[in-house]
Amino acid sequence: MNFGQSFRLAIKSLTTSKMRALLTMLGIIIGVGAVIVILSLGNGLTGMVQQQVDKLGINVIQAQLWSVGDGMMPDPDELYDLVDENSHVLTGVSPYVNLGGVVRHGDEKFDRTNVYGVSEIMYNPATNYTMDGEQLAKGRFISYMDVERREAVCVIGAYLEEEAFGGDALGKHLSINGRTLTVVGVLKRNAELEMLPGSQDDQIYMPYSTVMEIVGDRWVGLYIFTSTSGETADAAKKVIEAWLNKFYRTDDGMYQYFYITTMAEQANQINGMMGVAMGVLVAIAAISLLVGGIGIMNIMLVSVTERTREIGIRKSLGAKRRDIRSQFVIEAGTTSAIGGILGIAFGCLLAKGLEALLGGMLSANMGGVVFRATPTLGAIGLSFGVSVGIGVLFGYLPANKAAKLNPIDALRYD
Amino acid sequence: MEHLIELKDIYKIYQMGSETVHALDGIDLTIDQGEFVAIVGSSGSGKSTAMNIIGCLDVPTSGTYHLGGVDVSTMDDDQQAEIRNKMLGFIFQQYNLIPKLSVLENVELPLLYAGVDSEERRERALRSLERVGLADKGKNLPSQLSGGQQQRVSIARALAGTPSVILADEPTGALDSRTGREVLRFLKQLNREGDTVVLITHDNSIAVKADRIVRLQDGKIIYDGDSRDPRAVVQPHGEDEEEEAGA
Repeated sequence: MNFGQSFRLAIKSLTTSKMRALLTMLGIIIGVGAVIVILSLGNGLTGMVQQQVDKLGINVIQAQLWSVGDGMMPDPDELYDLVDENSHVLTGVSPYVNLGGVVRHGDEKFDRTNVYGVSEIMYNPATNYTMDGEQLAKGRFISYMDVERREAVCVIGAYLEEEAFGGDALGKHLSINGRTLTVVGVLKRNAELEMLPGSQDDQIYMPYSTVMEIVGDRWVGLYIFTSTSGETADAAKKVIEAWLNKFYRTDDGMYQYFYITTMAEQANQINGMMGVAMGVLVAIAAISLLVGGIGIMNIMLVSVTERTREIGIRKSLGAKRRDIRSQFVIEAGTTSAIGGILGIAFGCLLAKGLEALLGGMLSANMGGVVFRATPTLGAIGLSFGVSVGIGVLFGYLPANKAAKLNPIDALRYD
Repeated sequence: MEHLIELKDIYKIYQMGSETVHALDGIDLTIDQGEFVAIVGSSGSGKSTAMNIIGCLDVPTSGTYHLGGVDVSTMDDDQQAEIRNKMLGFIFQQYNLIPKLSVLENVELPLLYAGVDSEERRERALRSLERVGLADKGKNLPSQLSGGQQQRVSIARALAGTPSVILADEPTGALDSRTGREVLRFLKQLNREGDTVVLITHDNSIAVKADRIVRLQDGKIIYDGDSRDPRAVVQPHGEDEEEEAGA
């Protein structure tokens, strides 16, 4: 009924004493600003994870196997069969073998180079990325035929090409543990990272079958599967899990014989951890909101005392307790709502500043994905709602004090 | 016939430390529709307490008060607020306008609390301002008006809610004698138009403008009758000089 007037009175008293209004709202401004910054950064990081997932493929499933007891482990061919039999959910599988060996080119020795045995599934021609996030610069990736025929071919990183071949490696040879390999492809240099021995640019991909031959081992401990899409990843995971349980003759071998995780799960895990970290930070920022609320309560108590006579006049004209109470609650709510709006603006600006400051660095570390520190609409709405809520909550006590004033005493107050 | 205001055996007793003060000591008073009554007394006579009780700003310690046939002596805060809103119009010595609100908004206040919608509120407040001749000052702030004008705004505010009783508490106290006389003339005119006016004052020269005088002393009514009766303005034991000087 008198919302309009209470609102206008609140605006009026805010504009007539700007310094006091600003100081009153400062706690809310800082609190809401901090919450917005945290949520913006969190949103930016979540966005980066999402971009990373999109790049690598949401349909990727990792399966880690351990040899238990008699040392039996699945043969890679059995897993190929599994994929073929379940083509409605699975599209491919690649063993992922780490070969510890020394790479040589002529007289040069590269003993920090990482050598991985994989299949053609490792590289996704659709997104043009490997499952580890590398792109091809020239040549081609390992093919199905390379794996089948245990070809002596490899794809090398940019560092190796630079150091060993002076920037022109295609078709040339290098050797690993005495086996000579032909370079068929070169990976793109990894963004801003320094090219160092042992870095992501100092690595070799080769057919896993060739690696098995070199080391003389039959067992593969790590597989990377791809499902038909992100939606079928869970179903695919269940298929693999069921098969592995059968293989190991167990009911639930997860964590004991093997561990399977989908890309979506990994992203969720990262997001979950970030969510916890953000929750803690927001909780700390919320303390500032609490302090801001107490500031509002304090100034409202002063305001009630200052306007005792006005309250008396209103009561003498027929204002009931709830009329007076709602007037002061609306005033407190308006004050903190304006504080909230200023806080949101301040927070967005600060987040943009941090984006400009940190964006380049983060983007370089995450392989070129973009960092956008923008708050979601939900975060803005929530912050605004919370700031209004705080004003109403902390305004209630002073408002109630005003409502309970005795009209005679209030009228006589000077 | 039912009286508009009917006070029966009203006591108001305050405990001041160990001392008991009888602000009102057994008052019986009736006022009818259309009367112009002045309640007179020096400070400490109990006239302010009487005004608070008649104005439903306070409740008596004992006794009954019927306003318009309704027992208001035992009402709680909010019920009294409603009675004040519907039946009473106040005019105060210090005008008591809210400085941050415009003249029109001030006059609208009783209607706002009565729940009248904004259009009708505006219209009735403007009519009320017209009655006191200040319709053109609606947008002004009270501080931009002279004392006499401000008091007229407060009269317009008292009239806006079409109350049964207009309670004027020392309405001329803050005005020079010329504007004071104007305000009194205006109250007189309201009374002629049918409004019931209760004037509270310490000043005999103002009290005699009313038709009837009720004189209070030490919480008791010592005179109640026609204002033209010489006894109405008799100063019992020279109270005015003594107590006003001591106050």
